[in-house]
Amino acid sequence: MSTQPLMIDASNLDKFYGKFQALKNINFSVAQGERVVICGPSGSGKSTLIRCFNGLENHNAGKLVVDGIEVYEGSPEIRKLRQEVGMVFQQFNLFPHLTVLENLTIGPIRVRKKSKQEAEENARTYLERVHIPEQADKYPSQLSGGQQQRVAIARSLCMETRIMLFDEPTSALDPEMINEVLEVMVDLAESGGMTMVCVTHEMGFARKVADKMVFMDEGEIIETAPPERFFTAPETERCQEFLQQILVH
Amino acid sequence: MSQTAAKYVPPKTPVLSRFFSSIPVSVLIYLVVVGAIILSAYNGAQAMGYNWQWYQVPKYFYTMTDDGFQWGEIAIGLVKTVEISTLAFLLAVVLGLVVALLRLSGLLVGGALAVVFLEIVRNTPLLVLLYLFYYVLGPIFDLDRYVASILCLGVYHGAMVSEIFRAGINAVPVGQWEGAKSIGMSNSQVYRFIILPQSIRFMLPPLTGEAVNMIKSSAIVSVIAVAELTTIGRNIISDTYMSFEIWFTIAAVYLVVTLILSIGISFVERRYAVS
Repeated sequence: MSTQPLMIDASNLDKFYGKFQALKNINFSVAQGERVVICGPSGSGKSTLIRCFNGLENHNAGKLVVDGIEVYEGSPEIRKLRQEVGMVFQQFNLFPHLTVLENLTIGPIRVRKKSKQEAEENARTYLERVHIPEQADKYPSQLSGGQQQRVAIARSLCMETRIMLFDEPTSALDPEMINEVLEVMVDLAESGGMTMVCVTHEMGFARKVADKMVFMDEGEIIETAPPERFFTAPETERCQEFLQQILVH
Repeated sequence: MSQTAAKYVPPKTPVLSRFFSSIPVSVLIYLVVVGAIILSAYNGAQAMGYNWQWYQVPKYFYTMTDDGFQWGEIAIGLVKTVEISTLAFLLAVVLGLVVALLRLSGLLVGGALAVVFLEIVRNTPLLVLLYLFYYVLGPIFDLDRYVASILCLGVYHGAMVSEIFRAGINAVPVGQWEGAKSIGMSNSQVYRFIILPQSIRFMLPPLTGEAVNMIKSSAIVSVIAVAELTTIGRNIISDTYMSFEIWFTIAAVYLVVTLILSIGISFVERRYAVS
């Protein structure tokens, strides 16, 4: 992996909400094609960090380069960057007034300026890939949570981005729907080529696909390790405690 | 798990309240109240020795003479009222959208401009605003009474409409912004394709109310003698002294127009009522 160029390169990132410091001196990098899972207790800054990567949040200090573009508040290149960085949200954030197919094609048509026909063909391919080709003409509210999240993943795929960010993609789902979404994500990860950064508590998924595990607590990166070592022999006490708590159940 | 807990008795609405909210009783009460108002007005008019001339009224709507069918004065006034209200409402919507977007833009100057506009317009009586437009801005910018009326009504209601737009836009969850931005949309694309289409259903009910208000407040332009419904009413009365018949009629015409508008919009609302 070390020979691959860096897709995300963050150095000394700080982020404040008023006086509260959400990110403390974050140094973090992801190589092209690398799959990174970030975990940690709630309020540890995982989501804030991942949202910085496509400029939904802006860091206050430090330097962040994503896909060769420097990210900072008010950067004129932020839209160009977002076209290369897909994001899947905890709450799906599908567009409720558009059908599934329109949700998938609006980006390619309006942002990438593809023809409607090309965009729709592409969208149907990706709907197959997330196993819901038959739902193309429904509205998001007519789908289950798991299906909605798969549509959201397909929406990001349709933009054919080089990086995919997942912000707790299964946290808002009913337990019986978590697996169908994870399966799609594993399939994506194993097909290779895609750089993935995933905030999740699904440790089974992490073990299966992650090249690198990152543990955060109170705005800091406490531990970075390959999954074998991370799960069997975590170095720090906080990480050990956290793993015990979530793996016991 | 005690025995008493298993017995659930649904709370009863009190008998009196059920009696008064039943449909036949409600209708009866309504008719009694309306009847009493009409009767007392009629008796009052009789006591004044008022000479009712309802038969005179239809000719102000239309006349059939040897020359054929002709619209009457009230009909012509009504068209003017609808025309002024429509044009002013279009202006209000455009202005309202611009002011709302300025206010939400996060630009310091834009936001300040919007707030100053809002506060000035909202805190000026409509009548004073109309005098300002007609007697002050009129001579300066060479506006006739008709244009001045439309501008004044448009600006006044534009302030109200901008607040409706702002509330509607803010009612769309912030996740929609994030979803749209994360696929690389520009601000204007997010508004056009994602936010505004969704906020329409939040905006339609209050916008309808504002359109009804617009038609009603358009009556105020009668003070600068624009020949709309209310002015026509005054003119007829000064000719005929039929104040009761004409004002009842004019009020009824306004009522019919605003009712048609409300009912029409409620159909549109149902169309946009997608969850």
